[in-house]
Amino acid sequence: MLDQTNSSQSSATRNKTTPLPKLAGLALRPVPLFVVQPVLNRLVRDISSRRPELFERLGPHINTVFAIDVEELPFVLALLPDPQEPRLTAHRRSENIASGASISGPFMTLFAIMDGDEDSDALFFARDVEVGGNTEAAVCLRNALDDLEGSVVDDILEIGGALYTPLKIMLAHLRKSEAAP
Amino acid sequence: MSASQTAKSNRPELICPAGTPAALRAAVDAGADAVYCGLQNATNARNFPGLNFTPEALTQSIAYAHERSTKVLLAVNSFATAPETELWHDAVDIAARENADAVIVADIGVARYAADKHPDLRLHLSVQAGASSPEAIKYYCREFGIARVVLPRILTVTEISAIHDEIPCEIEAFVFGNIGMMAEGRCSLTNYITGKSTNMDGVCSPASAVQYVKNADQSLAANLGGFEIDCFAQGESAGYPTICKGRYLTPARSGTYYAFEEPISLNLSSLLPELVAAGVTALKIEGRQRSRSYVKAVVSSYRAAIDAIMEGLEPDLSTLISLTEGGKETQGAFKSKKWR
Repeated sequence: MLDQTNSSQSSATRNKTTPLPKLAGLALRPVPLFVVQPVLNRLVRDISSRRPELFERLGPHINTVFAIDVEELPFVLALLPDPQEPRLTAHRRSENIASGASISGPFMTLFAIMDGDEDSDALFFARDVEVGGNTEAAVCLRNALDDLEGSVVDDILEIGGALYTPLKIMLAHLRKSEAAP
Repeated sequence: MSASQTAKSNRPELICPAGTPAALRAAVDAGADAVYCGLQNATNARNFPGLNFTPEALTQSIAYAHERSTKVLLAVNSFATAPETELWHDAVDIAARENADAVIVADIGVARYAADKHPDLRLHLSVQAGASSPEAIKYYCREFGIARVVLPRILTVTEISAIHDEIPCEIEAFVFGNIGMMAEGRCSLTNYITGKSTNMDGVCSPASAVQYVKNADQSLAANLGGFEIDCFAQGESAGYPTICKGRYLTPARSGTYYAFEEPISLNLSSLLPELVAAGVTALKIEGRQRSRSYVKAVVSSYRAAIDAIMEGLEPDLSTLISLTEGGKETQGAFKSKKWR
């Protein structure tokens, strides 16, 4: 009978052990939040207007605040996916964010999920990502992102504006790193 | 030789899951012969939050699939409960109206309605019906015109072959994905704690009743309906938060143990040639709750494997272990009756 444990390096494991590319690491060094926040404000508004379908799968959880804790970032993100007034804000870890659900993991892992390139269940099984608080809200957000044609990363790469230029360079670089064997 | 015997060794269909239109497109593009999906309500056994199809999304998805010669099967495979049976009837009507290639049913009331109201609509018998004997399967074929049975995961390949020779319909068998307690359609464990039914509400361990709590020692507790059903040590692989795969304490043992079964996934890649030889018409991948990335990876691998087998080559499915529950895989009851 076949009954074996994982012996080969999974894509999940690969992401877990993939270090953040140097360029991205430099960009994510501790920065003042007032520098990051305008980009986040614009980003959440632009994505919301381009992707109204994103909210359909969230149901009542358009009113849930999601804390997104990316290990390598010097701050935690709080997302309120309200189609009327979406918010994405950066907070220092010392702040107590009133969130309904939380999702945490390494940058490259969460990036791969957002880019539709990894299976979040497998990453959860491998303990690469963790979910806290309202599990239903987290599942809805996962399903909403997963049903997008293309991905949010595609959107960011397509949106114009000087404000996004550094972000675009970084995302293109991350995708190249993601695709590398 | 019966008509069903001539089906042996024909090229099997690859039946793939889709929880969203994006996953359906991924399955079609990856080489699925048919994709199964459900509506956003209790009429199907994967009634999870944020998952499944609106009637409008189903229309568009069927068009996408049919343009690429892929079939779409609508799962209406939970058990209709009074006084809300109209919901199940509506789902069958939607399938007929939108030209779904088949409806997957489990409930005899739903099967009766579909057979009477839409006699040209092809019916498949869901695994949830738990039909595992020639007599039971022939009953469904005779009464409702069932064209295909999805066999419960309690039979060996030898038993499947024997059943094949006695029944007048096609056989579909699971080959990959989640594997639960083997009395499908009869499990009420989730009701016990959450009040929600796998069989009637279409949801096992509803996400609204699940909570993960990280402890000071970095272990992760999985709670269902306020009860801790497992606790994973730091770095230990996790599984779905279902009662059947939880670990429990008992005075008779030291430490926790899996009282029912372990987090593990079915993977019958090495049995594919035997299944084909046994007359299985369709090979089914589980996982409507999984992402489009999972669908793409598993469907692509199984597509290549089936094509390889049909050409007499050795299939390679070694990359799928990363997508299994708990990082473990099993052949379940297909090789022998015992799989623990």
